[in-house]
Amino acid sequence: MPWNRKDLITIEELSVDEINTLFETADAFKKVLGRKTAKTPALRGKHVVNLFFEPSTRTRVAFEMAAKRLSADVTSLDMKTSSATKGETLRDTVENIRALAADIIIIRHSAPGSAGYIAKILDIPVLNAGDGAHEHPTQALLDCFTLREKFGSLEGRKIAILGDILYSRVARSNIWAMKKLGAEVTLVGPSTLVPHEFEQFGVHVSHNLKSALADKDAVMLLRIQHERQNASAFPSLNEYTSMFGLNKERLAWLKKDAIIMHPGPINRGVEIDSELADSEQSVILEQVTNGLAVRMAGLYLCNGGSAEAVVTK
Amino acid sequence: MPATWIKNGRIIDPKNNRDETGDLFIVDGKISARPAQDILDTAEVIDASGLVVCPGLVDLHVHFRVPGQSHKETIRSGTSAAAAGGFTSVVCMPNTSPAVDSAGTVQLIKDVVHREAVVNVFPTGTITVGREGEALAPTGSLASSGIVAITDGGKCVQNAGLMRRAVQYAHMFDIPVIDHCQDYSLSGDGVMNEGLVSAKLGLRGLPKAAEDMIVSRDVILSTHTGAHIHLQHVSSKTAVEIIRRAKARGINVTAEVTPHHISLTDAEVESFNTNFKMNPPLRSEEDRIALLQALEDGTIDCIATGHAPHTDYEKDVEFDYAPFGVIGLETALSLTLAQLYRSERLSLIGALSLLTHRPAEILKLKKGTLSEGADADVTLFDLDETWVPQDKKFFSKSSNSPWIGQELTGKVKTTIVAGRVVFDGTRILAD
Repeated sequence: MPWNRKDLITIEELSVDEINTLFETADAFKKVLGRKTAKTPALRGKHVVNLFFEPSTRTRVAFEMAAKRLSADVTSLDMKTSSATKGETLRDTVENIRALAADIIIIRHSAPGSAGYIAKILDIPVLNAGDGAHEHPTQALLDCFTLREKFGSLEGRKIAILGDILYSRVARSNIWAMKKLGAEVTLVGPSTLVPHEFEQFGVHVSHNLKSALADKDAVMLLRIQHERQNASAFPSLNEYTSMFGLNKERLAWLKKDAIIMHPGPINRGVEIDSELADSEQSVILEQVTNGLAVRMAGLYLCNGGSAEAVVTK
Repeated sequence: MPATWIKNGRIIDPKNNRDETGDLFIVDGKISARPAQDILDTAEVIDASGLVVCPGLVDLHVHFRVPGQSHKETIRSGTSAAAAGGFTSVVCMPNTSPAVDSAGTVQLIKDVVHREAVVNVFPTGTITVGREGEALAPTGSLASSGIVAITDGGKCVQNAGLMRRAVQYAHMFDIPVIDHCQDYSLSGDGVMNEGLVSAKLGLRGLPKAAEDMIVSRDVILSTHTGAHIHLQHVSSKTAVEIIRRAKARGINVTAEVTPHHISLTDAEVESFNTNFKMNPPLRSEEDRIALLQALEDGTIDCIATGHAPHTDYEKDVEFDYAPFGVIGLETALSLTLAQLYRSERLSLIGALSLLTHRPAEILKLKKGTLSEGADADVTLFDLDETWVPQDKKFFSKSSNSPWIGQELTGKVKTTIVAGRVVFDGTRILAD
């Protein structure tokens, strides 16, 4: 089970074997989480620094809790209030943090490529918690981990990703991950947010919700990032909901036992009806729980841990 | 000044369709017919065996950052880079700090050029005050002070009515208007070409339509005013088509393309290397091929580098935050030869015309030829010598080049300005 990476930056560069290694490690950590004392000493003595240049609650907390479950010390920095606002470059910021003896850095940043950029600068593991609209690898891994739990395998499964694809790092990472694991992916949403260039990634692109949802095993909703939209991407949130929002009637267009996923945070009543978000078909909270195990696996593997060691513990 | 006798070179003068092995003579800073023997007896002899001897190259588009940003480039370092690249005449853009929107600033630049420059520098003035796109700069005063064109260099006047007045007014002084074609309502805050690669990387796209719209506008304004508008660094296939049709109708527009836009595509950005960040951005392979075809058929008139120096620390940031632009003076000749001559799209004489008399004629500069009596600006280069650009080894003060570490072919050996050797293949001989 190979994992020779210092960093976890993109899904695009991971092999299927590496993804499966991470899943197997996450399986083991999920069992750990089910124990009475849900903690392992894997990263004892290590100092993990969470650098969040963008607002985040669940990803930041999930990484923080994952590191603590591995017995690491954790420092979480809200970089919006840091020296970065005084004009310090990202290179200087991370080199200073490295000089303070950080052992692992987790970074979220609005600029695509930023996590890869600091991974090249630093000699310690860097985990990408979202770089602009580029990638969010741990989100895709936890999503696919959840699908794997539900279906056993993603091979041949039909999955629709619905919403703001253009600005979504979750969509990009999931496209890579799902394709690598054998799923058939359909992107659906308004033409301004789902450009046809994506067809060249080997996915289907549709602007017709009904046909796009037909016979799908799962639908992954993306948050409509209305704070990022200029007014021209679509006329209004109401119009978006009326054309592309998931409601009970439209749920019937999917396979009967299809599951509903969402990386959060949810705009209830916008991309999804509130009652669907809480329905039995929704696995939204399972995704969150799995995010802990997946991030433990990512931290552990990038720090040089082996999957076998966890499995045999 | 003693005469210079350049012996046994392959003399190429595209303006006069001359390509022959022989000698070139310089007397009193001018290209001369074979002088009398007594003059030859005392002439400085340069052995050009195995070398191409051509007119000093002409670049219509450089940023020398003076006044205001001499940490990136100075007139001395910029003209040294030009000399090392075989350029003997350059046209510098007015996006300095302050912008060149007054005769006083033009005079300041001319004073620095007089003290520091090792090649000819032709300044431009702005179209609008402060390059703000709101009020016309004093074109007449700027023209009187010696600028060769007006442009908001790096910025595009968005108000079509104001641009119409600008070209009408400049036409009265026979001053061309140079435009960086970009509709900001379409380009927004994009950082790379909009397309498959931007979709993959999650970087905000700069659509080709932003360029095409303004190229169309400028063609229309030139149609209605008769004024000459020169379109900078064309990058899109559709823009090429618009220009091709305009020229067929006799519209007074000219256009340039950069060495990087004919050599590279947006696929390079996948590395997030900020030395591939430029504006207009590197486009698709389809666009790149269209640009090469446009150079072949004359739709695009010349090659210009857009030489845009930025310090290493300014470029060593996240891709989103890096400034647009790359340097180009020292690599332009090699790249032009690679894309046009070695690829057999153009003859050597055809490729060199794009760097010599054709750019000179666009701005009516009396440069770019080896005609008898012309200023003795001459470049000697080895067509086949290979070299590898290296970080920190440029004559430019900046090293933001996409070509660092890549082997290029074609090396400048001697650059002569007004009969004086200013670059000997390794050093700048300035004073």
